[in-house]
Amino acid sequence: MTLRPELTKTEVTVRKREEVFTRPDVDLTTRLGGVTFPNPVFTASGCAAAGQELDQFFDVSELGGVVTKSIMLAPRSGRPTPRMAETPSGMVNSIGLQGPGIDAFLDKDLAWLAQRGARAVVSIAGGSVDEYAKLAAKLRGQKGLAMIEVNISCPNVEDRGQVFACDPVASAAVVQAVKRAAPTGVPVFAKLSPDVTDITEIARACVDAGADGLSLINTLLGMVIDTHTLRPALGGVTGGLSGPAIRPVAVRCVWQVRQALPEVPILGMGGIRTGLDALEFLLAGANAVSVGTTVFGDPSAPIRILDELAVALAERGFGSVSEVVGLAHRPPDVHVPEGPDPVGDLVIEEDE
Amino acid sequence: MPVQVQGEVLSVRKVGAYNAMTVVAPGMAELTRPGHFVAVQVGGPESSMLLRRAFAIYDVKERGVYGGTVEFIFSVHGKGTAWLAARRPQDKLDLVGPLGKPFRLPAERVNATLVGGGYGSAPLLPLASSLRERGCRVDFVLGAGDQHRLFGQLDAKRIATSIEVTTDDGSQGRKGRVSDVLPELLDRAASDVVYACGPMAMLKAVTEICTARGIPCQVAVEESMACGVGVCMTCVLPVVGDDGLTRMVRSCVEGPVFLGDRVRWDDVGTVPEDVVGSITAGTGH
Ligand SMILES: Cc1cc2nc3c(=O)[nH]c(=O)nc-3n(C[C@H](O)[C@H](O)[C@H](O)COP(=O)(O)OP(=O)(O)OC[C@H]3O[C@@H](n4cnc5c(N)ncnc54)[C@H](O)[C@@H]3O)c2cc1C
Ligand SMILES: Cc1cc2nc3c(=O)[nH]c(=O)nc-3n(C[C@H](O)[C@H](O)[C@H](O)COP(=O)(O)O)c2cc1C
Ligand code: FES
Repeated sequence: MTLRPELTKTEVTVRKREEVFTRPDVDLTTRLGGVTFPNPVFTASGCAAAGQELDQFFDVSELGGVVTKSIMLAPRSGRPTPRMAETPSGMVNSIGLQGPGIDAFLDKDLAWLAQRGARAVVSIAGGSVDEYAKLAAKLRGQKGLAMIEVNISCPNVEDRGQVFACDPVASAAVVQAVKRAAPTGVPVFAKLSPDVTDITEIARACVDAGADGLSLINTLLGMVIDTHTLRPALGGVTGGLSGPAIRPVAVRCVWQVRQALPEVPILGMGGIRTGLDALEFLLAGANAVSVGTTVFGDPSAPIRILDELAVALAERGFGSVSEVVGLAHRPPDVHVPEGPDPVGDLVIEEDE
Repeated sequence: MPVQVQGEVLSVRKVGAYNAMTVVAPGMAELTRPGHFVAVQVGGPESSMLLRRAFAIYDVKERGVYGGTVEFIFSVHGKGTAWLAARRPQDKLDLVGPLGKPFRLPAERVNATLVGGGYGSAPLLPLASSLRERGCRVDFVLGAGDQHRLFGQLDAKRIATSIEVTTDDGSQGRKGRVSDVLPELLDRAASDVVYACGPMAMLKAVTEICTARGIPCQVAVEESMACGVGVCMTCVLPVVGDDGLTRMVRSCVEGPVFLGDRVRWDDVGTVPEDVVGSITAGTGH
């Protein structure tokens, strides 16, 4: 037996943010399709349910918004298990949009978010243009609704053949139908799939059809084979790859869409794990970010990332989020304050 | 309500084929009941392993010299558990817990039989103590592949009225499965309730034996989990509700403890056609 180490009670810190951290004074507000959100950190659809579970770890109303699991008209049981496989810095999932259906969602989940004072971004998913329109219509007059995200890109839904997000015409049809049926004044964002040849083509089609902004990106289609059973690891065979493994793909998509459509608000996501990752998305052109898979490993991640982002901005001498949105696109001769030297804190003291 | 704690490893010991890890995790012990589990971050802050690993809580101490501790028993299965086994005292460990629904305790003094397979006996030992405190009779059946994978025999002997041991290879106790000795024990001990934790095949067999005798049983299942806190929907299995309808329920928040006869064992790993919201049942599109 090893000797017991000398431990004292104070060496172990229970994670209580307030006790150790005060957020620097940076204007974190951000605008998405005409609505101002208090800060740019949101949850990601399907990675936070409807906020209640995460509220055990931090106050979800402190986030910019809570993006809820994509909801369909009817209750849905999803795909067979196993539904996930961990991969290097990522995971592949095939949940199949399990959910209670829109009516139960409005009664229980959205009502809870409204009562909690959180800004709800309701993600909707359908198997037909008509279903999307019906879902959008159901959202009229709902308290707590801040924004609508239209999931046209989930790769693991069995929707009898169509993946809307891979076809500009189908994508536009959904967006137009949602926009018509949705409550006025509530921004409608289309969430795009990266599994396309040219994401700007789909982005443009959605914006032309009336989308107030774009959410980028959904998961990449992936697959894992179990070398023990010698079969596909997931019950659904293929699934969506997420997590830091896809971050460079996501940053590239945000960059390309910002370049092609400079005025269109973007909610960026894909593998965000730290405040610096969030900053990278803002620099590429996102006006706000969603934190998805990281939540599974760290349920308090969204609020931590918000804190870290505020520090990262302050350290670089920025007074607001809006100053950095798209900043990486600036011409080469425009200079801005640089971040702290990565090893700047290392002060080497020389012996006299 | 769970807490997220930056804990510190107090000890890692070898116990037969398993590892027993004790972590100083203030605030968790007082919330823990037998059957709860803890979700552990593995690989450090830059780890490529993003998901937490779930372990049944074996023992807790609300206050010690070092503050509250949580102990769990684990076998090295893949990369994450191999990393855990290599931790040393004073290493930092991020824990979330207690999670899930614990075992429900009977209101009256009853005769309880506890069936553990492999490390599945870990949560049954604190349960046995709770049952004894309530004046219940406790009998144990412990089974494993071999003698090294039996866990908690000494504790069980101390707490229980009787203990039966089975191993697949006969290296200890009776050669065979827990289900071989369970029926006889249920009669001998006049069991009123059964609690079980172990591999899914064992839980199914235990449920069948209990159901045939009209004895209620609670089982703690083990489904692959990505989040452990109810936000991802990976950990589902088909369970019959009070209304008689089957739903795909999350074993991390609605379980891991279920009434055995509510789990549709033969359909685990599938989405049965009659489940609420089944795609094949034609619910909308
Ligand atoms: C409620 C619950 C209680 C558990 N209690 C114990 C216990 O007391 N002792 C013990 O040794 N093990 C227990 N397990 C199983 C334990 O979680 C897995 O052995 C462990 O996650 C494997 O991690 P790995 O990195 O070594 O394996 P890998 O195969 O590399 O893991 C890859 C991924 O799959 C998941 N995974 C793999 N196997 C399992 C599994 N059997 N169950 C759940 N997730 C899995 C991991 O969480 C990880 O995300 C429990 C599981 C659950 C769900
Ligand atoms: C388990 C899981 C479920 C998801 N469910 C949905 C969903 O219902 N709707 C949706 O638009 N995106 C869904 N996504 C995609 C995420 O919202 C996000 O776009 C993607 O995972 C990339 O971000 P991340 O790497 O931070 O997770 C899901 C992702 C995961 C991992
Ligand atoms: S493990 Fe995520 S919902 Fe159960």
